Amino acid sequence: MKLYIADGNPHCIKVLAVLELTGVKCEIETVSHEEKVVPHLSHPVLPILLLPNGQHLFSPNSICQYLFDKSGQKATDATNQWLEWEATHLQPALLQSLHMVALQGKRVEAAAVMREPLNWLEQNLNKKNTQFLTAEAVSVADVVLWAALYPLMSDSGFDAGELRSVRSWFECVNDLAACQTAAQKFLQGKGVEALKTFLQKHPVTHAQRRDSPTNDTEVEDAEHVMTEQEIEEAAQVWSEGLKSSSAVTEKKHPILPQEGKKNVLLTSALPYVNNVPHLGNIIGCVLSADVFGRYGRLRGWNLLFVCGTDEYGTATENKAREEGLTPQEICDKYHAIHAAIYQWFQIDFDFFGRTTTERQTEIAQDIFWRLHERGFLLEDTVEQLRCESCQRFLADRFVEGECPHCRYPEARGDQCDKCGRLINAVELRNPQCKVCKQTPVIRSSKHLFLNLPKLEDELEQWLNKSTNAGDWTANAKHITRSWLRDGLKPRCITRDLKWGTPVPHEDYKEKVFYVWFDAPIGYLSITANYTDQWEKWWKNPQQVELYNFMAKDNVPFHSVVFPCSLLGAQDNYTLVNHLIATEYLNYEDTKFSKSRGVGVFGDMAKDTGIPSDVWRFYLLYMRPEGQDSAFSWSDMALKNNSELLNNLGNFINRAGMFVSKFFDGCVPEMLLNEDDKRLIAQVCWELKQYIQLLDKVRIRDALKCILNISRHGNQYIQVNEPWKKIKGGDGDRQRAGTVTGVSVNVACLLSAVLEPYMPTVSHTIREQLQAPHICASAMLQDAGAFICTLPAGHRIGTVSPLFQKLENEQIEALRKRFGGQQTPSSSSAAVETKPSAVAAQEASQNVNADPERAKQLTALVAEQGNKVRGLKTQKAEKSVIDEEVKKLLDLKKQLSLAEGKNPEPQKGKKK
Amino acid sequence: MVVLSVHHDVREARLEDIHQSARALCVRLVSGVIKMALRELSSLERFLGLKKPNKYSTQGGKKVPVLQNNNGPALIGLVTIASHLVHEAKRPELLGDSAEQRAVVQQWLEHRVTRLDNCSKEEVKVILKDLNQYLEDKVYLAGNVFTLADILMYYGIHHIVVELAIQEKERYLNSIPKWSPLKALITAFSALVWAVLWGLTGCHVLALGQWADYQL
Repeated sequence: MKLYIADGNPHCIKVLAVLELTGVKCEIETVSHEEKVVPHLSHPVLPILLLPNGQHLFSPNSICQYLFDKSGQKATDATNQWLEWEATHLQPALLQSLHMVALQGKRVEAAAVMREPLNWLEQNLNKKNTQFLTAEAVSVADVVLWAALYPLMSDSGFDAGELRSVRSWFECVNDLAACQTAAQKFLQGKGVEALKTFLQKHPVTHAQRRDSPTNDTEVEDAEHVMTEQEIEEAAQVWSEGLKSSSAVTEKKHPILPQEGKKNVLLTSALPYVNNVPHLGNIIGCVLSADVFGRYGRLRGWNLLFVCGTDEYGTATENKAREEGLTPQEICDKYHAIHAAIYQWFQIDFDFFGRTTTERQTEIAQDIFWRLHERGFLLEDTVEQLRCESCQRFLADRFVEGECPHCRYPEARGDQCDKCGRLINAVELRNPQCKVCKQTPVIRSSKHLFLNLPKLEDELEQWLNKSTNAGDWTANAKHITRSWLRDGLKPRCITRDLKWGTPVPHEDYKEKVFYVWFDAPIGYLSITANYTDQWEKWWKNPQQVELYNFMAKDNVPFHSVVFPCSLLGAQDNYTLVNHLIATEYLNYEDTKFSKSRGVGVFGDMAKDTGIPSDVWRFYLLYMRPEGQDSAFSWSDMALKNNSELLNNLGNFINRAGMFVSKFFDGCVPEMLLNEDDKRLIAQVCWELKQYIQLLDKVRIRDALKCILNISRHGNQYIQVNEPWKKIKGGDGDRQRAGTVTGVSVNVACLLSAVLEPYMPTVSHTIREQLQAPHICASAMLQDAGAFICTLPAGHRIGTVSPLFQKLENEQIEALRKRFGGQQTPSSSSAAVETKPSAVAAQEASQNVNADPERAKQLTALVAEQGNKVRGLKTQKAEKSVIDEEVKKLLDLKKQLSLAEGKNPEPQKGKKK
Repeated sequence: MVVLSVHHDVREARLEDIHQSARALCVRLVSGVIKMALRELSSLERFLGLKKPNKYSTQGGKKVPVLQNNNGPALIGLVTIASHLVHEAKRPELLGDSAEQRAVVQQWLEHRVTRLDNCSKEEVKVILKDLNQYLEDKVYLAGNVFTLADILMYYGIHHIVVELAIQEKERYLNSIPKWSPLKALITAFSALVWAVLWGLTGCHVLALGQWADYQL
């Protein structure tokens, strides 16, 4: 057994004392502070006891305990407790205190640091009637604590305070011969001076929480500590008030890039026309882009926000057949539905267009020819199934047949549901057209391919630049990288369809462009429909910054495929600088599904009676930023009631009400004291965070800053109690005035930062406060400044509550109405967030499915079945039985319909 | 045909839930730690087969767990209470059979509450690296037998795993870089040790899910 110690290491005192006291035989070696005795520890630690079995003890308390154990004194609950306290509470304070005494000479401060642990010790000693800490005899706890305190307690300049019990206990232990020997041997009468070297090498680490300061995702947890200077500066800026120079520039159409301005072109992924968008679609692109757009305009950027419906493709053709309309009619109908939904959600597009326009054909064909001329297109023959009776080539989803691998008779054209293998449609045995049930024939068809491999180098160069300089979300970068890593292959850009942009080439005149090639060109053509000068946006990478918003499934089309088209066209196109992709939003415990009637779709949101702003708030609060999130009714009610009603609404309303009730609707005079300045600085800090986060498109995180501001505000009112002070003397009334004035100005700031998130509420607040128009943009300039925009004497309007409580019954009723009780295992339907190119190939199946009805019918079928069996056992008349059987069969048929199955007898019996 | 994201299968969905609840726990980290210590003690009681669950409270700014004891003064501190429970359950071997083993167990218990709890991000890396080295030639912290040290260290690390997993998931999404604190942690213990610990400590579901998540 061997003990390693170092001179001047305070932890060695206890070990030496215990060694003396217990008389355990042990070799001692003095090493330097830097000596690494234990191989498995990265930092040198001392003292170390090398056990006979080769193990190292590196905890001084464990070494002491071990030595006592060896000499027959086992640990007890009481000794354990003191040792634990010494390690977790006393040591951190001691280390800090020793630093102050030995290195900084701050003995008063050092005493303050020690006050709490020493008082604790004093109290505990007072309760004891034994001479030592745990018993009449000395224990490991006494020696460990004595040794820990020894350097400080023996320092003549250190004043520990009264602490009679601590002193008498300390003397008791100190008098032990073993302790005397150890102390003298160790400190050699030099006191804390002897510890200097050790202390210099062991700086006090301010226990830093593992999560908060650098965990950038949880902003609300990082309580910002402010310096005096910061507080003074914030108060100074606040008091200066609005400058006359700040002015709002009215939006004038057409918005075009301007020299010397930040020119932002903002797009949201084009929603596919034949679906009604659900909440996930809305938060994924249009709503997120809208928040950013509104924010950008407040910041004074010159910003254009365009979007529109993506209208070409198989799915539209199909929907048209289903509804007995032409594709154009379908597009017209659904475009209007989309536009109405986004209008209800207050999506402030500068232009909401569509892809089925003349300009689309022009621009798409121009890009096509440029790619063709520059040799970026390849020609290849593809074998496809064609249904002669329907006169069309069949997309994979429109063929069924026998699986070539497992012989399952109802395999689809792309995959077998039974064995799960991927299938090439032409490999199916006995293929059938799903529409007319005729047998299709194999036809080879010539197609054009975009030669992505040839553009790969150029793409990679551009990507490196764009992803480094711009703000790409992590998922966008990752998905793009994995596409490049897997290697790019030529991609087919033509389709044997009618509903699409025609391919202008003579050899392909029967064909149209594949939607993935065509749809992103929609951004250009929609802008072209907005202004003839669209090229100032789209062929101007020098002046324009392009932001693309989308859900993550759309990333490769925007980061790889479309940029390749534009790079290959060599026409100085503006390429994406910032690609913002969300994860998915789920619905309750499952996915949104149109076919199963699960989830809230855009057109239903307004029927819930919940205001558009509240919907926006909750969707943005839950924005799947960085990871998937889930929409939940009860959570929505909770967030509405706790954050909007009790936090935000409560604060703004109180601030306004105080002005109306106590000061006749005029903002009172404000004389700032330290508390007010601190609040102003705190609010200002949150504002700056908000701006930093939104500049980086961290929409959800920035929303938390808003809520923090009103939390600070509520606390401020709560602590200062203006409603009590107003009844007091002059000083108190003055104070009530200041607190009210500062609060109502915080409310005004809130209206500004809320504008991107809840435009109506923001507007209402400004109206209630009669706030000047320019206040929002004035406070959101540059790094952000919290200004007194409602000076003393400013008259506010009528104040009324901003939010309403969402009651439990209301929410339960909504939850029932919108489904969501389905078991996740039944989720087979397509999610609506598919990229348009993929979605285009998917027919909507099971359109009539109705799970609620199916449940009822199942019960009815069971009941009717029992009835029939009963009649049979009773040997009832045949006609009676037949009638009931007929009812049963009818019910069963309805059930299969409700389950979304085809009630017709399947294969074989047809024809 | 590109099939993006097979993200939405059931297991994934469950994991998301778990992540979310764990996130909620971490968001309120201070309170999270308190609750964790108390939950930890309850789990330990179950593991030890103690019939009557004890009532715990907390004390002071650091929210140290307190056990009100009928037979004597209250016991304060996680290690103290845990050791007490082990005695109460008549399982002293969990604290070590020999003086040497007892000292080693004691040392890791102390390590848990002094180093692991509330350490900074930078420290975590070092602590995990050291732990990895230490465990290279061992099955358990005290050598070849399972002790209270394994249980408390497991809980302490588990807490960190959850946090790191969430942070890293947010930061790096599906691809975790070559070196990360979490990777270091996962490689820190051999799979066998983890499996044994998970089997024994009862709150294995979450960790196992995470483990599988990052192993794949």
